[in-house]
Amino acid sequence: MLIRAENLSVRHGEAVVLAGVDFTLAPGEIVTVVGPNGSGKSTLIRALIGLEPAATGTVTRAPGLRIGYVPQKLHIDAGLPMSVRRFLSLPKRVSDAQAEAALARVGVPGLGPRPLARLSGGQFQRVLLARALLGAPQVLILDEPTQGLDQPGTAAFYRLIDEVRAETGAAVLMVSHDLHVVMAASDRVVCLNGHVCCEGTPKVVSAAPEYRALFGLGTGGAFALYRHVHDHDHEGDEGHGHDPAAPHRAHPHGTHAHVHGPECRHDA
Amino acid sequence: MLDDFLIRAALAGVGLTLATGPLGSFVIWRRMAYFGDATAHAAILGVALAYGFGVSVYLGTLTVALAMALTVASLSGRGHAMDTVLGVLAHSALAFGLVAASFFSGLRVDLSAFLFGDILAVSRADLAVIWGGAGLVAAVLIWRWQGLLTATVNEELAQASGLNPRAERLVLTVSLALTVAVAIKIVGALLIAALLIVPAAAARQLARGPETMALGATAIGALAVLGGLQASLTWDTPAGPSIVAVAAAIFALSLVLRRRA
Repeated sequence: MLIRAENLSVRHGEAVVLAGVDFTLAPGEIVTVVGPNGSGKSTLIRALIGLEPAATGTVTRAPGLRIGYVPQKLHIDAGLPMSVRRFLSLPKRVSDAQAEAALARVGVPGLGPRPLARLSGGQFQRVLLARALLGAPQVLILDEPTQGLDQPGTAAFYRLIDEVRAETGAAVLMVSHDLHVVMAASDRVVCLNGHVCCEGTPKVVSAAPEYRALFGLGTGGAFALYRHVHDHDHEGDEGHGHDPAAPHRAHPHGTHAHVHGPECRHDA
Repeated sequence: MLDDFLIRAALAGVGLTLATGPLGSFVIWRRMAYFGDATAHAAILGVALAYGFGVSVYLGTLTVALAMALTVASLSGRGHAMDTVLGVLAHSALAFGLVAASFFSGLRVDLSAFLFGDILAVSRADLAVIWGGAGLVAAVLIWRWQGLLTATVNEELAQASGLNPRAERLVLTVSLALTVAVAIKIVGALLIAALLIVPAAAARQLARGPETMALGATAIGALAVLGGLQASLTWDTPAGPSIVAVAAAIFALSLVLRRRA
């Protein structure tokens, strides 16, 4: 166990942003958290890192856990001159060779002397990832890492994450606002909407024609379609009548679509 | 050598820039300019209270500046509109300071020295306090440089790396109060923020990395001190404002140089 949350609730003032979340991240697994805007995805990530205090429940991190964090946004103040090379040396100084190796690993070799402010969105994401990797993380935490990337860019980035996981064995915890597209390599997908709606394995949908059309074959199957349209009832499902206190496992079988009501608040 | 008041003034000013260079850079990076102003204005209240209680002016300004800095820092975390809070606190502290000062007849005469500084009146004891205080600030900033810089770039990133961004913020807050306390004699409460910001802003135009900017800010600040003293000597202008004026001229020059580069 790397990180565990038990019965975690987070409040922002009066508003309850997360309620009763149980979550465990095991070494080496890839977990994707999906959910609509305002569903508490980023809050969950922040609470797991320790940036948000828990209103109730507990968050436990393995002692000395090395987290490689890739934030959703990183605004560098115009008053702060910062090259890619210098940024990679935060918070620990690394050698030029290490820095260049990390940049090469994420596919942007030779970018070191460039000011951070002059990177494209895709380059910036890769530099953030390179910096996270330099800390030899046991877990990579990425908050909507592909926001602002086009679809081929997103595909390439997910493929890169998968390669990095295979090489380093680091666990990956990722947030996506896209309900439909998650990494095929995800061991688990957690659907969040203030609470954990459901979680389970994503179906591999390299066969899904609409996504093949969008991403082509060049993505090497890095994408899966996780059908998650919220308009079914649970009564016909195999034994998981829906109780928000005991979120069900999403259907790992076949091409069965997982469908909920228009909003995933079963307690409403 | 220290018998010459000009030498003492130059040493005091240059010593102060050891702290204002790197600290001023952080003030710019973290957008704390107004924060610096508030702390500096509060120092006048410190001067008045120091006279009232018969303690050292340095102790008085340090205490009040620290109280102000910590108050502002804690309020900033609670969703108050920051520029309003700072505007209220900074100018109230200045006003209360001026009112309190009026009760001490001796201080009324001296007050302009604390508003505008009196670098030419720096004593050997002042010199020791200034170098001690500025040296301490510089040493702390160098010691914690990597953590401070990481937390400045992004607090979440810092936290995820196992740093404590709140502690880093506190280090800067206390450093700012200490710098204000030792700087009040040199440039005065009204211009301390200028000495923090203007040299660092000039260095920003020419620097490619945070370290070169901080060192450049110290170098430009020292140049401004020497140039300002020279100007004060030549044209009989007030020393503190002259120093800031020279720094402003260097900033203007840095804009031109950057355009050429």
